[in-house]
Amino acid sequence: MSMDRRDFLKLAGASTLVGLGGLSVFDGFVKDGALASQAHTAPGASAGKRLAMVIDVSKFKSPDDYKRVSYACHSIHNVPSIDNLKHEIKWIWTDTYEHVFPGQADQYMAENIMRLPFPVLCNHCAKPPCVRVCPTKATFKRKSDGVVMMDYHRCIGCRFCMAACPFGARSFNWTDPRPYIRKLNTSFPTRTKGVVEKCNFCAERLSAGLQPACVEASNGALVFGDLHDPSSEVREILSSRYAIRRKPNLGTGPSIYYVIGGNEHA
Amino acid sequence: MLEKALTGNRGYWVWIFILLAIIGVGFINYLEQFKTGLGITGMSRDVSWGFYIAQFTFLVGVAASAVMLVIPYYLHNFKKFGKIIILGEFLAVSAVSMCILFIFVDLGQPTRILNVMLHPTPNSILFWDMIVLNGYLFLNIIIGWTTLGADRKGLPAPKWVKPLIYLSIPWAVSIHTVTAFLYAGLPGREFWLTAIMAARFLASAFAAGPALLILLCFIVRKYTRFDPGKEAIQAVGKIVAYAMIANVFFLGLEFFTAFYSQIPGHMHSFVYLYVGLGGHSELVFLMWISAIFSVVSLILLIFPKLRQNERTLSMACVTVFIALWIDKGFGLVIGGFVPNPLERVTGYFPTAPELLISLGVWAVGFLVLTVLYKVVVSVTQEATTLEH
Ligand code: SF4
Ligand code: SF4
Repeated sequence: MSMDRRDFLKLAGASTLVGLGGLSVFDGFVKDGALASQAHTAPGASAGKRLAMVIDVSKFKSPDDYKRVSYACHSIHNVPSIDNLKHEIKWIWTDTYEHVFPGQADQYMAENIMRLPFPVLCNHCAKPPCVRVCPTKATFKRKSDGVVMMDYHRCIGCRFCMAACPFGARSFNWTDPRPYIRKLNTSFPTRTKGVVEKCNFCAERLSAGLQPACVEASNGALVFGDLHDPSSEVREILSSRYAIRRKPNLGTGPSIYYVIGGNEHA
Repeated sequence: MLEKALTGNRGYWVWIFILLAIIGVGFINYLEQFKTGLGITGMSRDVSWGFYIAQFTFLVGVAASAVMLVIPYYLHNFKKFGKIIILGEFLAVSAVSMCILFIFVDLGQPTRILNVMLHPTPNSILFWDMIVLNGYLFLNIIIGWTTLGADRKGLPAPKWVKPLIYLSIPWAVSIHTVTAFLYAGLPGREFWLTAIMAARFLASAFAAGPALLILLCFIVRKYTRFDPGKEAIQAVGKIVAYAMIANVFFLGLEFFTAFYSQIPGHMHSFVYLYVGLGGHSELVFLMWISAIFSVVSLILLIFPKLRQNERTLSMACVTVFIALWIDKGFGLVIGGFVPNPLERVTGYFPTAPELLISLGVWAVGFLVLTVLYKVVVSVTQEATTLEH
């Protein structure tokens, strides 16, 4: 967000009165005098950082590589292991190409790509619909680095954010999660029943100067950095490799990029 | 005036106790949900809103429909609605109470509900929905109560309610428009992302609400000496007919866009609802009932002979109500979640506790309605006895 909070509230209030529902709705129109496009999803490029991740799927060699990444995240964040798929809670997991990029699959596509698991997580969108709809600001976007965060103590469990997220990134605690936590990490809060949760880009590790846990566990398959810094590693990769994002046409501005590559890049 | 609800014949009290018993059962189930969490419902990570929110959505329509009586009576001086209008306003009160309760029972952390007020967030449509719903509740309580009080004394309603009555007209439209915006502004939910969502909501509201009102009028007329008037009922019947035609037309528009464009994302939810998708067909049966009832109701409503016959009119109202109750109270909300954003299919059907809690909420609504209608009936009877 390039405006300060007071301006935001004022304009958001006014725009909601005419039935539009929030400043971010206008962003795309005012910024470049043109429609928001896939290419322009970082309003106010100068305002703080915009943390992002590039995932090079070709660097995942075995099922263990994927497991290590999600285990790194789920174990330190006290994410419960619930077998009932309906009540499942997940911050980072995998799915295949046709599910991660719906509408992009093609029957003649290389089979190894069709079968390849893609890690998926919250996209820490530049214009996150989950933040726009939350009635309590329990989900909010941190101005300093663009991380979309949650206040578990404020969330009322209305699940509007789950309906709004086009990436299925959010989980709800349908019951008390604590009995399902395999090994408790006492330095990170557990959640209570009735609240939503999702990937927090390891905000607690970032503040300690560390990289996100998944990045650390990925053997270089996940690269993390600031999109607003031209010399960052993520920018370097993006300027030299062909990378795609999930559903960029929705204009939410996902900050997770995928480099598919082929065996030749391995 | 409320004391009028404390006296009644045996039938009245039996009915009240039946409602209280249902509320009790619902409440016990709610306590269980409060203790264990929303996991006792059929909802899931993928279908994260279910029957509660769908019922809420449907009932907003019932509430908004009071405006269909207010406009002819107050703006067009259609005097025949003089007696029925209070029934419409009190139906709105009962419906909005249920709406608020349905939102409440759907919350994962109900004790934190005040956070919506403590941290007002104008960019959230839910924030505005809370404002318009509560506002509409108070408007109708105040308007209904003061006009009835004045009636009792044989006086015209005090002047200051007039502006409130006029205000209640756009306000009724707003509650359903804002509720439609809960859905229609979400990127990636193609089933909901349609500009005619609010229009569809209004059309179905103006059919289902008045249809219920007609049925209530028949019941009131049968069990009490209060007669809302044959002509008034017929006029409401015409409203139901037009609104139902508009509703079916709008639904047809949605079908056209989805299936002529052949865009998969636009078709998927319809396919799930009407034929089943990915091995899941939980709602197919209900959706077809809804479709068939819609057609039947149109036949009964469009032919004047059938509409004028109170027997067939009441059948028309029952079919309209059930058709729309399924369409809004199930299909519209669940359909938006299937398939999920990763195009995987998770089915949904409410569980027994979920249905019992919902039934409890409906019973609360009917209790409110019964008490308010009882007051209306007693007050008007008293007034007519005074006249003679
Ligand atoms: S991916 Fe979903 S949860 Fe994450 S920021 Fe975007 S909309 Fe919000
Ligand atoms: S469930 Fe919690 S985080 Fe999500 S919109 Fe509701 S209050 Fe906000």
